[in-house]
Amino acid sequence: MFLQKQGCEAHTDTGMEGNDTSMEHYYQPEIECASQEQIRAWQDERLAKTVKRVYENVGFYRKKMDEQGIKPEEIRSVDDLHKLPFLTKDDLRDAYPYGLLAAPLSDCVRIQSTSGTTGRRVVAFYTQNDIDLWEECCARAIAAAGGTKEDVVHVCYGYGLFTGGPGLNGGSHKIGSLTLPMSSGNTERQIQFMCDLGSTILCCTPSYAAYLAESIWERGLQNQIKLKAGIFGAEAWTEEMRRDIEEKLGIRAYDIYGLTEISGPGVSFECSDQSGMHINEDHFIAEVINPKTGEVLPDGEKGELVFTSITKEAFPLIRYRTRDICILSHEKCSCGRTHVKMTKPLGRSDDMLIVKGVNVFPSQIETVLLNQGYPANYQIIVGRKNNSDTIEVQVEMTQEMFSDNAGVVAEREKKLVEALKAMLGIYVKVSLVNPKTIARSEGKAVRVIDQRNLYQN
Amino acid sequence: MTVKQISVFVENKPGKLAELTEYLQQHKIDMRALSIAETQDFGIVRMIVDDAYQTSCILKEAGYVASITPVLAVEMPDEPGSLFQILKMLGDGGVNLEYMYAFLTPKEATAYMVLRVADNEKAMDILSKKGIRAVCQDAIADLW
Ligand SMILES: [Zn+2]
Ligand SMILES: [Zn+2]
Repeated sequence: MFLQKQGCEAHTDTGMEGNDTSMEHYYQPEIECASQEQIRAWQDERLAKTVKRVYENVGFYRKKMDEQGIKPEEIRSVDDLHKLPFLTKDDLRDAYPYGLLAAPLSDCVRIQSTSGTTGRRVVAFYTQNDIDLWEECCARAIAAAGGTKEDVVHVCYGYGLFTGGPGLNGGSHKIGSLTLPMSSGNTERQIQFMCDLGSTILCCTPSYAAYLAESIWERGLQNQIKLKAGIFGAEAWTEEMRRDIEEKLGIRAYDIYGLTEISGPGVSFECSDQSGMHINEDHFIAEVINPKTGEVLPDGEKGELVFTSITKEAFPLIRYRTRDICILSHEKCSCGRTHVKMTKPLGRSDDMLIVKGVNVFPSQIETVLLNQGYPANYQIIVGRKNNSDTIEVQVEMTQEMFSDNAGVVAEREKKLVEALKAMLGIYVKVSLVNPKTIARSEGKAVRVIDQRNLYQN
Repeated sequence: MTVKQISVFVENKPGKLAELTEYLQQHKIDMRALSIAETQDFGIVRMIVDDAYQTSCILKEAGYVASITPVLAVEMPDEPGSLFQILKMLGDGGVNLEYMYAFLTPKEATAYMVLRVADNEKAMDILSKKGIRAVCQDAIADLW
């Protein structure tokens, strides 16, 4: 049995005493709890400024706007946003590396990058101010999870090009918490530091949190840990998983959302209400659109999430299509925050899979297969075993790839595994199957079988 | 002086090998010799049959990936150390052996060794000089 872990004593740093949200922690209460009129006023002003700036500084946006006959002066408020064209991940790839840079390179201090291959990489640039604002967003998420300067924030997201580690690390610094930059892997050391240094807030992927929880119980160390909360993102997870992690670790588990293209984690985060993620609307304007028609949908309707960043200096994105399907809600939240809430992603409007926190497109796998001499008839099976994602590619054997020498076939198979690893950055199990055995529906192969059932509703 | 070995790809899943043998049986194919090379993920069934061409057609009909490879089937002298002698001769002659397996003929109670080498002619040159005989495809059926 766990003792109910106390959050730290009531603080006065929120300036919110005296109302029913006094137990809630905020990093920037005057922004996080601002009136919706105030938020709207910030958005109107910042949007107009951003559009003017990208029109002047970025040839890509200027050309696109000119083509559609839109003048930057026409964009005066959020109401005008719909006039602007969408931006897609393909646009970002085409613009690699500097095509969308809106600030002088000499003002940039950092890059981060999406997972995936050279061909599929997107590089995002940050000025020092961009980093500060991003870290503030992460600080809001940590505060919402109860984090203060008394806390020990244990970050086992990957560091490096991946935004998970750097984002939460920076947010924890902003709050003034003791930050453990653990990075991923080495579970033994993670648990030891957790026990010895009294980590109170855990930041990692939900699947790793579940794995850690199990490892802690296996070692009988569940009473040695002092965790009170976890901030888990970078992959989809279910309510069952949340309850499981919360029970095993004796914590409250919060979701966090973000994309490298937009900044990284902290674009939105869960509060004590645990019923959706507040989008940091002073930095990002969120829209939900019909992915087929591009039509903007009202609150409560399911569609593709589109972001416009309105405070970015180096890499502002206008109407960026995330391909994540979700629902927005402006309903009043019990936490006192006023920023719009988004549901967990309910699916994708493209065929991207997230496996072990890495973005995987079936087309990438197809490219590797063809390069290695295998047919493009394949099936991807994604599952979850011991709280860790698994991915298997079934490939049909052909006359050309066959040999009477098992060593030769095994060697070709090994090369394929290596090429997939080089392309995706993760291990993919390859299964060679007999020709014409991969299930087809209406003549077309079913490319992906996701057994994880991650998307609810 | 070679025999035609048929190699068939099989998935390493329960029942797959039984499926293949059952299918061949239905088509009245007698396997004279059989060997299986397995990895964790797949297996390769190698067999010697009377009619290699017909067998490979039947296999392809059922969607199997199969190939025909000429291999040597040499008669093993009935004396101790004869396998070692053969391997040594090939090794000394610079012939690389990829794999091998044995089969017995009920008629003559003679053991045969199937040898898969890159250069059949060279291997046969070496072995025949030492009086070792190989059986050819046409003679396979007569061994039973
Ligand atoms: Zn506190
Ligand atoms: Zn809330």
